[in-house]
Amino acid sequence: MANTSTVARGAGSSPAPGHRRNKSGRAARPSGMPNWSIPYLLLVPGLLVIAGLLLYPMFQLAVMAFQKVGLAQIRGTRPAEWVGTENFQKILDNEIFWSALRNTVAFAAVAVSLTLIVGTAVGVLLNKLGKKMSLFVVIGCMFAWAVPPVAQGVIWRSLFDAESGIVNWALNLLPDWLAAPPAGQESWTGTPWLNDTIPLYIALTVCVVWAGFPFIAVSVLAGLKGIPAELYEAAKVDGSGAWHTFRKITLPMLKPVFAVLTVLSIIWDFKCFSQLYVLMNGPTNRDGFNLSMYAVAEAFKPPQKLGTGAAISVVLTIILLIITVVYVRQIVKQEEM
Amino acid sequence: MTPLARKRLGKVLLNAAGVLVFLYAVFPVYWMISTGFKENDQIFTTDFIPFPTHFTFDHFARVLTEGVANNSIWLYMRNSAIVALGTVLIGSAFALLSATAIARFRFKGRTTFLILLLVVQMLPAEGLLIPLYMMVKRVGLGDQLIGLIITQVALTLPFAVWMLRTFVAAVPKTLEEAAWIDGAGRMTTFWKVLFPLVAPGLVATSIFSFITAWNDLVFALYLMSGSEGYTMPVALQYFFGQKGVDWGAIMAGSTLMTVPVVIFFLLVQRRMVAGLTAGAVKG
Repeated sequence: MANTSTVARGAGSSPAPGHRRNKSGRAARPSGMPNWSIPYLLLVPGLLVIAGLLLYPMFQLAVMAFQKVGLAQIRGTRPAEWVGTENFQKILDNEIFWSALRNTVAFAAVAVSLTLIVGTAVGVLLNKLGKKMSLFVVIGCMFAWAVPPVAQGVIWRSLFDAESGIVNWALNLLPDWLAAPPAGQESWTGTPWLNDTIPLYIALTVCVVWAGFPFIAVSVLAGLKGIPAELYEAAKVDGSGAWHTFRKITLPMLKPVFAVLTVLSIIWDFKCFSQLYVLMNGPTNRDGFNLSMYAVAEAFKPPQKLGTGAAISVVLTIILLIITVVYVRQIVKQEEM
Repeated sequence: MTPLARKRLGKVLLNAAGVLVFLYAVFPVYWMISTGFKENDQIFTTDFIPFPTHFTFDHFARVLTEGVANNSIWLYMRNSAIVALGTVLIGSAFALLSATAIARFRFKGRTTFLILLLVVQMLPAEGLLIPLYMMVKRVGLGDQLIGLIITQVALTLPFAVWMLRTFVAAVPKTLEEAAWIDGAGRMTTFWKVLFPLVAPGLVATSIFSFITAWNDLVFALYLMSGSEGYTMPVALQYFFGQKGVDWGAIMAGSTLMTVPVVIFFLLVQRRMVAGLTAGAVKG
């Protein structure tokens, strides 16, 4: 019966869809559109958006990175001026670029590791909990996950506030040998967190780990649920201990999940913008920039230098594309598309 | 310790850990909401005040009536809603067409298109912002919500297609074939058979797009130069004034922005995990 359908089917051995058409002709549209063209017609709007609003701008970005694009060019009064690799030379000579790169990479490394560790621990815990308790904790996690990035920044900016923040209050509670107040201070009260780069990024890491762990936890939980129980039974029969079972069965079975989660987390943390924007009160403190913030600040803070901003974005995009290749390969390997 | 006692203790510890995780996840959100209801002397204190003992609606009332940056908060809410809904309406229609093509047909270039979807999802929005800013200005859509909507459609479409294709693929093809045999045309089959069955997936995808557009900061921040065009995330920044931070107001404002997202999110999260990890997680 399958052949009565003019909807082309995907059996691997089948000839081109156009040949599968039912000759009775009842199902063909009066307009006589050939069947092979239908998927392409359906794809037109999506392809237009992707080509016109994602791929073409990416191409434009690469072009702008070699141009001088200032206010006159934005207004259209003067055409963009080719400057060769000047933009790249300028940023490579700028300390801010290197500190932004360092901030981006170090932050991503720490934040991704912590998010994965906390998320995995919670995922394993959820798997061990009873049904009701597990649901209760998952719903709690949803709240952290659902908060918009800007609101995440607002929340943690208040928690890390120098005077009224809970973080300083909690540090005061700890004994001095565990958390001594900064040199020259009686207590933690009044310690600013968001002015200097390292404390700022500690706050950002705490914020991002808090918002990011639920996704990891829920994904790990789903992965754990997918491991066949027979494997564990077999391990038990063979007298395998808990840790040994975890290392030899759980971890290898979860490896594909972790590969995807790691790459996604790296990509997200590399691009982290909104939370940092709120925590550092806009692009003011240049030492605290990451690459996204640096690109945006160069491009949009007067005097606008879109060319330089584009050059920074190109660097960021290249790093992300390399990571994306790893991600795509992982997905393509697992998924029958 | 007897094995039974040990087992019981283990259970207690596990549940205690569960409660701790719950508190860790929920506390900051609770803090945002509760600060919005606290009087100023309970906000600006070095003490830890877990519950507002003098409950006040002042901050919410102030935010809702006075607004910020010369406009009412309702205007920003309206702008956010227009951008998010506009993105959903355009984006979902496009996504459904593309997803149907991928899930229902095998054609030349299909795999390339799928890989393209994965790659463009990963492009940094902050990088795209610079050329899109130029494009939007050039065609005269700078400062207009429609310009913002267009950029958000572009940013949400790849993931929306990726997510929606699994829903389309899940609809048994035999149903469509039955409709064909009964003489239904292509459009009728689409609207009467496929569409109703894909609708739940379409809702999930739409909510995802809604949340992304609603949460966007960077595009709204730089595409809109006049405060009449600000969305909620941009408007919130203006509570951090030069005279110090008005925590009561900003927490009230953040709460207003967060509530719709949390509600939608709780509805959709299951699908989102599946879409993001795309087959790596079989749950």
